[in-house]
Amino acid sequence: MTGLKRLLAAAAVSGAALTGAMAQETIFLSTQLRPVEEATKVRQIILKGAPGPVTFVVEEPSPFQTRMDAETQAGKRTISMVGALHGELAPLVASKGLEPVDGLVAKATALGVPDAMMALGKLGTNSQMYIPWMQATYIMAARKEALQYLPAGADVNSLTYAQLKDWAKAIQDKTGKRALGFPAGPKGLLARFFQGYLYPSYTGGVVATFKSAEAEAMWGAFKDLWAHVNPNSASYDFMQEPLMAGEVMIAFDHVARLKDALVAAPNDYVTFPAPSAGKGRGFMPVVAGLGVAPNAPNKAGAMATIEHLLKPETQIAMARELGFFPVVKADLPADLPGGIKLLVEGVAKTQGAKDALVSLLPVGLGAKGGEFNKVYVDTFQAIVLRGAPIRATLDAQAATLQTIMNETKAPCWAPDKPGDGACKVN
Amino acid sequence: MTGAPVSRRLRGLVFWSGIAMLCVWVLAPIYLIALGAFGGRAGVFRWPKSLMPWDTTLAAMQAFLAVDGVWAAALNGALVAGLTMLFSLLLGAPAGYALARYAFAGQSAFRMLVVLTRAFPLAILALPLTVTFIRVGLYDTAVGVALVHTALALPFAALVSSSLFMGIPRELEEAAWVFGCTGFQAFRKIVLPLALPGLAAAAIFAFVISWNEVFAASVLTVRNKTLTAYLLTVLAESPLHFRFAGGFLLILPSVVFMFAVRKYLFAMWGVANR
Amino acid sequence: MSRSRLLPYLLIGPATVFLLALFVAPLVQTIALAFTHDGAASLANFAKMVGDLNFGLSIRNTFLLVLTVIPLQLCLALAMAMMVQKLEKGRDLVLWILIIPLGASDLAAGLVWLSILQDRGYFNTVLNMLGLVDGPVNWLSYETPVSLFVGVVLAELWRATAIVLVILIAGLQLIPKEYAEAAEIFGADAWTRFRRITLPLLKPSIQSALILRTVLAFEVFAVVYALSGRNFPVLVGEAYAWQHGNQNNGVAAAYAILVMAISLAATVVYIKALATRPETQP
Repeated sequence: MTGLKRLLAAAAVSGAALTGAMAQETIFLSTQLRPVEEATKVRQIILKGAPGPVTFVVEEPSPFQTRMDAETQAGKRTISMVGALHGELAPLVASKGLEPVDGLVAKATALGVPDAMMALGKLGTNSQMYIPWMQATYIMAARKEALQYLPAGADVNSLTYAQLKDWAKAIQDKTGKRALGFPAGPKGLLARFFQGYLYPSYTGGVVATFKSAEAEAMWGAFKDLWAHVNPNSASYDFMQEPLMAGEVMIAFDHVARLKDALVAAPNDYVTFPAPSAGKGRGFMPVVAGLGVAPNAPNKAGAMATIEHLLKPETQIAMARELGFFPVVKADLPADLPGGIKLLVEGVAKTQGAKDALVSLLPVGLGAKGGEFNKVYVDTFQAIVLRGAPIRATLDAQAATLQTIMNETKAPCWAPDKPGDGACKVN
Repeated sequence: MTGAPVSRRLRGLVFWSGIAMLCVWVLAPIYLIALGAFGGRAGVFRWPKSLMPWDTTLAAMQAFLAVDGVWAAALNGALVAGLTMLFSLLLGAPAGYALARYAFAGQSAFRMLVVLTRAFPLAILALPLTVTFIRVGLYDTAVGVALVHTALALPFAALVSSSLFMGIPRELEEAAWVFGCTGFQAFRKIVLPLALPGLAAAAIFAFVISWNEVFAASVLTVRNKTLTAYLLTVLAESPLHFRFAGGFLLILPSVVFMFAVRKYLFAMWGVANR
Repeated sequence: MSRSRLLPYLLIGPATVFLLALFVAPLVQTIALAFTHDGAASLANFAKMVGDLNFGLSIRNTFLLVLTVIPLQLCLALAMAMMVQKLEKGRDLVLWILIIPLGASDLAAGLVWLSILQDRGYFNTVLNMLGLVDGPVNWLSYETPVSLFVGVVLAELWRATAIVLVILIAGLQLIPKEYAEAAEIFGADAWTRFRRITLPLLKPSIQSALILRTVLAFEVFAVVYALSGRNFPVLVGEAYAWQHGNQNNGVAAAYAILVMAISLAATVVYIKALATRPETQP
């Protein structure tokens, strides 16, 4: 027993010594830029000019929350700063995982971060809880040889879901290939497609309209569309790989997850907005922010690192290397790689569409974000992949959805009508 | 029983091709993932693929090894596995000796506890452990991860060493007492040398268990990840050629470990079943 | 005398304290977690588990997998063991090769088989060379549940047969050669010798191999996950999904307890079914 005790004591001492020696290091925990090539670029290019040593550690959203909460509960911090999506940072206010960063507001505003975006960063408090970091959205990309199969009268820049289906069907009829792809793999972002694109376009809402008549019709139409979707979609996490492989010709995904294909062969692709339906053309802007943890082991380092990341040249490097766009005023240079130009075009067309219908990322769900996504993915799996009856599935999943809303008391967010109290599924 | 020479040769042929097939069954998949690992991004898309290593480059593997932290994680993984090996022997071997040599009240309760450890998906326990570990300062340390891995490896170490000691005749030890050795001296001079190869195998088995464990290792660490845990976060969202490179890298040590323990492994399980 | 009565407790003391701290304490916390909801005792987590879309499917898949893989694995390992026993030359080398997968993690094994079975993988390449397929064929999608299942079974056979093999060979080594020699003198052929002598004497080894493998098989998911993504849900995979993806530790704990109950039940079944009388053993 004494042997074990001595070992444990030695371990504790060496652990403490380690923490001491690393005091100058800033640990930066991020839910963004997780894929290995992106994380490597952050470490080797983006953080190169940071004022002190920064250790960039990535974590998926759920373990991220767990870790922040565990550190808060235990009262000991390893992490100095965090980078995450707006919706992932929001729950940290209640769980005391963020410290106000008002000291950086003047600087950020001077650099041209829009006021509306700064206001989002207050997360409903009177202080600045995070500083906007970078933005992105989802678009569609197609290989140029697919354009010849576009149905008559369809403009690729203002497609409807019905036309997308006809297009995919035409390709399947002519080539025998199911050439449309969605990121429906375990790590794919398909839930965001339903929340930010399909549901808003068909029903004008996300939660309130979950089991509406429009939603019922929508799932029927989507199931028909899926007949022309490549069955491997259920294992696609990133659409750039199947695009490059030629397994699919038309794909929907987050810009950062299409980037590699476009950069590798910019002349082979076109980018365009996601389709529209009865209620408009849904689209979901994504904002990621930077925050500082309370009792951060290296607060000064964290603040300095945030300043470094806001510099226009850092922000342009982020766009060039990673496909995330600046939040500060920074003109993207003309010599951007062709693939990045395609992304910029796609995003501009999406934002500028006449019928654009903005949908926000889920807010106020806290740690239930995963279960919220599960409702949409489970509904999809049941109806589209397993052929369950639409009405019954929607009713069953709506009950789960309502429970989540009641438990988190999250009020509705756009495009549902914002209001007080837990959002209601009508 | 022996047939004509022709039929004997035929039987030998069938036998040896069976052996060859078994070896191919094990080795071919490793060879193929090596092709994937060295094939680079273009290799993943190529159709049809070549089964010969002509299309391979070192580029993918080099890029992989250049990823920040791979080497540190490999070192850390080895450290954690080494500590696990040490802890599980220090805790497991004495317990095994007690189970083998003494009849005492509570023996079956202890055995039950040890077996139960294996029947629960241990990674689920990593979460309650996280908060405790942060409080006592074991969070994000190699020792902390090694302690959890020891909980995984201890049942093997205890049960296997108990069988090992059971296999060493008690009379040898008693003879040593007659010649004036103390109990401890008898153990050190007589029992330990006989049990050592088996204990070494059990220790290396503990090493392998720790090396391959992913979930506890990734939840309990931030910076000091083991290689497998590091690869999990890195690989989950990486393109296929990276994943294949990582998979290949994870299998390589196994080839070496198994070479090191191949003789003792059978001795260890042999007595363990008695 | 009192010293020697104390000694065993001193010897198992550290291990007991260790397991209490690192296994029993968090286990109790987890069980408590599974049976509470919003701070009150409740079965809500179990209700949520049972009501989940994937619950029935994951139970079915897990049992299907275990009931297919374990018997196949036992037969394969027995065949391997009998062949290796006959080897005179190169036994060491062959054994080494056969046990290599023992040290491979599930994560790696899943990736290995993914590289073989994916659309543009080596399996399709071989089929193409044989002229059986023209282009990449899908084996692992939701539209091809049978071949997906076969793929998972193959990967599990590859990865985890080695541990059964090791236990069986170790057991074979303990069987005195004289038994078989005697039987041979009385004219028993190879099959009879195997069935009447080797197999009964190997029962304890078979029992430990089955218990160990079954417990581990109920815990498997990394291989399944690598090959099938969400297309083939299994129990422990669901537990991890609830813990990590959905961040609901209560439901994850409920799944974990269910898995433990099933594993323990299987262990009891094996112990009953394969009971050996000590006097029949050498």
